[in-house]
Amino acid sequence: MKKLICASAFLAAGAAFAEPNPQNWDEVLKEANGQTVYWNAWGGSTQTNDFISWVGERVSQEHGVTLEHVKLTDTADAVGRVVAEKAAGKDEGGAVDMIWINGANFASMKEAGLLFGPFASSLPNWEFADADGKSLTTDFTVPTESYESPWAMAQVVFIYDSETVENPPKSAQDMLEWAKRNPGRFTFPQPPDFLGATFLKQMLIDLAEDTSVLQEPVGDNYAEVTAPLWSWLDEITPHFWRSGRAYPQSGPRQLQLINDGEVDIAISFSPGEATAAIANDQLPESARTFVLDKGTLGNASYVAIPYNASAKEGAMVVANFLLSPEAQLRAQTPDILGYGTVLNMEALPSADRASFEQLELGIATLSPAELGSSLAEPHPSWVARIEADWAERFSVAK
Amino acid sequence: MQELKPIGQSALALPSKTHKNQSWGFFPVLTILVLIGPIVSGLVGTILPAFGGSFQSGLSALSFEYWGHLIETPGLARSAWLSLKTGLISTFVSLLVCLLLVASWQGTKIFLFFERLLSPLLSVPHAAAALGLTFLIAPSGWVFRLISPWATGLQRPADLLILGDPDGWALSAGLIIKEMPFLLLMSLAALSQVDTASRMRIALSLGYGQVRGWMLCVLPALYRQIRLPVYAVIVYSMSNVDVSMILGPTAPPTLSIYILNWMTDHDLALRNVAAAGAILQLALVLIGLLIWRLGEKLCALWTQRAISSGKRGAGQSDVIFRLLALIFAAASLLAIFGGLLSQVIWSFAGRWRFPEALPSSFTTRIWERHGASALEMSMTTLALALLAALIALILTIGCLEAEFRRGRVMQRAGLILIYLPLLVPQIAFLPGLQILLLQIGAGLGFWPVLMSHVVFVLPYVFLALSGPYRAWDHRFHTLATAMGKSAFVVLWRLRLPMLLAPILTAMAVGMAVSVGQFLPTLLASGGRLATLTTEAIALSSGGDRRVIGAWVLILSVAAWLPFSIALFVPRFIYRKRLGMLHE
Repeated sequence: MKKLICASAFLAAGAAFAEPNPQNWDEVLKEANGQTVYWNAWGGSTQTNDFISWVGERVSQEHGVTLEHVKLTDTADAVGRVVAEKAAGKDEGGAVDMIWINGANFASMKEAGLLFGPFASSLPNWEFADADGKSLTTDFTVPTESYESPWAMAQVVFIYDSETVENPPKSAQDMLEWAKRNPGRFTFPQPPDFLGATFLKQMLIDLAEDTSVLQEPVGDNYAEVTAPLWSWLDEITPHFWRSGRAYPQSGPRQLQLINDGEVDIAISFSPGEATAAIANDQLPESARTFVLDKGTLGNASYVAIPYNASAKEGAMVVANFLLSPEAQLRAQTPDILGYGTVLNMEALPSADRASFEQLELGIATLSPAELGSSLAEPHPSWVARIEADWAERFSVAK
Repeated sequence: MQELKPIGQSALALPSKTHKNQSWGFFPVLTILVLIGPIVSGLVGTILPAFGGSFQSGLSALSFEYWGHLIETPGLARSAWLSLKTGLISTFVSLLVCLLLVASWQGTKIFLFFERLLSPLLSVPHAAAALGLTFLIAPSGWVFRLISPWATGLQRPADLLILGDPDGWALSAGLIIKEMPFLLLMSLAALSQVDTASRMRIALSLGYGQVRGWMLCVLPALYRQIRLPVYAVIVYSMSNVDVSMILGPTAPPTLSIYILNWMTDHDLALRNVAAAGAILQLALVLIGLLIWRLGEKLCALWTQRAISSGKRGAGQSDVIFRLLALIFAAASLLAIFGGLLSQVIWSFAGRWRFPEALPSSFTTRIWERHGASALEMSMTTLALALLAALIALILTIGCLEAEFRRGRVMQRAGLILIYLPLLVPQIAFLPGLQILLLQIGAGLGFWPVLMSHVVFVLPYVFLALSGPYRAWDHRFHTLATAMGKSAFVVLWRLRLPMLLAPILTAMAVGMAVSVGQFLPTLLASGGRLATLTTEAIALSSGGDRRVIGAWVLILSVAAWLPFSIALFVPRFIYRKRLGMLHE
């Protein structure tokens, strides 16, 4: 009898160990039904949180998947959790089922073998994704190899208050001049906040003489390539908000600062954020956006599934739903989220395509033509060095 | 309650006159295990990685490489200095205001007013008070809005470094307004054991001023009683994470924030650096306590000199002290309640820009959006708090009853053990505990969180209940046993019902502590268990004041609810037996 119990326990364990097969979508749907997916996603933005809870309602109705949003203050927290679980030998039943991820976090998780996959290209809705046109198969130059599934496009824009700023500065050099004339009216989120790191990259690209080297991993050329950035920062930092002795800790904090009238210009990674924030009374009606003359950085946001996730099937179902025209349309609606879609309009059924075409741009959102094509993200190794260097030079207030 | 039965039965067999019952001795042992177990294993789990070891391998290869990394952190020295400075300053100021207030106003109507507000003040979680204060004192905050533009001429907020200033004044202010009520409560409890009235009668009849007379005659006896709570305040102020995240500087932050960031970083090596940082934090706290101790000695010396100088300090200086105490105490009160009020308004605010004193439009949108999830999360938070407080209560009553039956009061060492969770910085042992939990495969979630909450709830429940429990008139016991009742029946039918009000208050204190826990919830749940506090802090990184306001309000109500129940239930149950209310 004892043996029998042992054997059946072993069988049950064996079943739990079996990796889900993304190719067999019916089986995935069956297993996903009743699962609870803990989606670890940055929780600082009301609009995003609302969107995620809407996704939760939809996947629960359609597929019986319960979605719990674990609200992070930093994506690295979730990566850290998986790393800690791996170190402790917890190779199944992990606390994290899905992470909103890209860039350096993805690169380090993929390299450390902490991700489940490949799965993205097996998702049924992958056929709508604009994999080539929006370069969804590389993330900050690192090949995704289907270990993450895209769900939103982002591009750097700058939000400004048109009531107080007549001619927004459209290059790093103009920003310096503007900050000198308007001391204390501009700042950026403190790195290692991802938007803060993005700001440093954006300025580097705008100032560097040759940007092609940024696509390669960082080498001996680091000091030479980044020198213009540091001299620019040395010059502008005393003219920042609070003279650079304090920084906002996240992107949305900057919106608060604009709304309070403390600063006039803020960086954002979502062309639609300003419009949504105006609709939510988080920004004045006079808020508008602009991009730099030389163009701005763009990238895609993805979701990835840790290797030890407890609900891999459920997570795949959510990832697939995020790629559906329905979810993408809602994400792109200006006063809901205003994120760019990852879908290929040509691949969509005509009814869906028409819905996308009928979407109106928000009051503060630039048209695709005004946005221009986005610049590619540098290799993740650059930002790690730049962040450390910035901390060394500027994170201790003078 | 089942485990109590056999104990009661065995008590029947004993001669009813003696209090001796060995089986109750199991409670103190269990309590100490519950408290010390997590702390010791957490500390071990912290110390080993700092030197390159782990639970499995022990300390096979001693390594100091992480210490090198720690020392190279930009601004580390300033960060450590900041923790030390803000911790000591905020403790000193909150203690001073508390003592001045007691010295100069005790026995007056004004003091009674503060006393009434004490439990709602105490129940406001640190994070809620800090978030409220943020909006009050910012250059674009409420205070400036109320006086702009008519008094300041400002149409746009001034570029003033008030929040997150590199010297941590805002952080100190946030700590002071929350620690002052705590010290006040502790002082009031201790004062019942110091015969203030007769001491003051003599001092006043000798011509001493109220404040000076109190400082010289009452304080020395009182301070001995509140020393441990004061140390707990020092430790908390030096090592807290939640207030520092909201009000503290960022360039560089306090040491505890550095440790938390390393702890949650995806680079595993940084976890060892975090461990080294935690040891540094521990050492820093020890240094802080030593400095404080030195200060105590100096104050004692000063007191002796002051006594022999013969100065009476009556008249003008007395009035100044009394006014100062009143102004500071009123300012703390205004800061907490004003902050909360501003959060209520924000949660209904539509457009509200500087320098408008009030929103130009109102909306219930936030409440419609967040109401349902807030209600659900309140249930989790309160269930967790109720269970933690209940476990702590059972252990506390067990300990106190064991003490009673053995007929000897807990020694100083025992008291320090009870206080230990408040004397060891959370950030120094919780990371180690998290690693341990993962390594033994305990999983993260509700139960580990509950156990970690019990560790911090228990000291407060014990402190709140031990006074009234010990003060219970033993003659009831003698009388009842003489009538042939067992010790258990006496406890169950007489003592506990008579102590209903203090028991419920102790529960309420415990629940408020549990509701306010941030770090234990975050680390022991792996982020999966969202409580009102973790949610409020996660949302505060965003910066939508409307949402933050709503959560701060819900958080404060959740912490205050048990207090109001504790106040109401005894009044209802004993509405026809007013003698049971001890009023």
